[in-house]
Amino acid sequence: MNREPLIELRHVSYRLPAGRALLSEINLTVCRGETLVLLGQSGSGKTTLLKLINRLLDPTDGEVRIEGRPTTQWNPIQLRRRIGYVIQETGLFPHFTIERNVGVVPRLEAWPQQRVQARTLEMLRLVGLPPDEFATRMPHELSGGQRQRAGVARALAADPPVLLMDEPFGALDPVTRIGLQREFSSLASRLGKTIVFVTHDLREALRLATRIAMLEEGRLIAVYPADQFTSAIEPQIQKFIAAVRDGDNDLLNQEQ
Amino acid sequence: MAFLEYMYRNRDAVIELTLGHLQLVGIAILAAVAVGIPLGVAASRSATLKFWSLGFANVMQTVPSLALFGFLIPVTGIGGRTAVIALALYALLPILRNTCAGIAGVDRAVIEAARGMGMTSFQMLIQVELPLAMAVILAGVRVAAVTSIGVATIAAAIGAGGLGMFIFQGLSMVNNNVILAGAIPAAVLAIFADAALGWIERRYAVRVGRP
Repeated sequence: MNREPLIELRHVSYRLPAGRALLSEINLTVCRGETLVLLGQSGSGKTTLLKLINRLLDPTDGEVRIEGRPTTQWNPIQLRRRIGYVIQETGLFPHFTIERNVGVVPRLEAWPQQRVQARTLEMLRLVGLPPDEFATRMPHELSGGQRQRAGVARALAADPPVLLMDEPFGALDPVTRIGLQREFSSLASRLGKTIVFVTHDLREALRLATRIAMLEEGRLIAVYPADQFTSAIEPQIQKFIAAVRDGDNDLLNQEQ
Repeated sequence: MAFLEYMYRNRDAVIELTLGHLQLVGIAILAAVAVGIPLGVAASRSATLKFWSLGFANVMQTVPSLALFGFLIPVTGIGGRTAVIALALYALLPILRNTCAGIAGVDRAVIEAARGMGMTSFQMLIQVELPLAMAVILAGVRVAAVTSIGVATIAAAIGAGGLGMFIFQGLSMVNNNVILAGAIPAAVLAIFADAALGWIERRYAVRVGRP
């Protein structure tokens, strides 16, 4: 793999105006082409970290560098258009058709109409939403899984080098979720995007990640390649894994 | 049905005063929309402005209409102009409040997504916030228009004409038929305005289905 760093966080902290720290002293590098999963419980600071990358938030200490340049020196509008963003409830624009939703960023970037349309149809096909059937539908006419696909298509439309995904599959039923995870992981490796993926689901992390970064209460516990994560030595990670395993065992025991 | 006969005999006056009434209300609502919606947008960006503008519009609403007409006479004189200003001040609150409420009611996830996509604040307003708030804003305009049609009957007291002419005349003559010749067309106007604005609301406000 190409080890060229694309996103670097250096001594990054983020404190609320009231003084409470949501993130403390984070040092983290995301390399070009990898999928880095931020894993942690609710309130561990995963989403905050993501927002520091596309400058929806500015760090109170330290700096975030994208392509070697601190985010504070990027024009936030330009930066965000180079970074695809998928959130849990998709945030599809409810008053736009699916086609219009997917074409939002290319249109903001003032692509010519024909190119926007060609790209939109290409993206819909890519995520498995046949344009004939879906292009003119409204978001509320889609199922949760289909909306999530449309969200991914929208994030990819302007061909950004980076994708940020905030629990994109979190609200889906388990069967749909696993299907989408599979498709997404093959899509990700095909497109060669740099992806930062937030989840609290250990299995999802193991399935999708190149590397997994464990967060707890605003601190970065450790970063491991996905295949070494379950044998991590940090007690916090062992506890997290054990908690998931115990939960499963309880269920299995009940069933017997 | 003596009032129908009275209206028929005075049909020219009824038509003229109805049109005059409509003109008073129409200009006042246009003015209130032209001020209220931009002010509401600005107020949704600034808590201080929201506090003061909504406070002002609320106070205006509590002043009895006859008193408001009276207060304005020394400033703008008697006649249509004063009536329009007073009516516009009354219409401000529902339009301003609904603009604020409509914008505040736009789904947070959608706003977050719009920012994350790299929309500028202006693009967000035009492409996302206003279209999604439009149903609520139009509902405010509808309330403002219907109440204005009622309040505008009082404008006759300061020489602004309108259907209030019949009402005040009928009151002084103690003649219900004359009062009804003003009150009934005003009621019909209100119902018509409500239906027309309701149609616009359905026709142009974006339909957002809930999954």
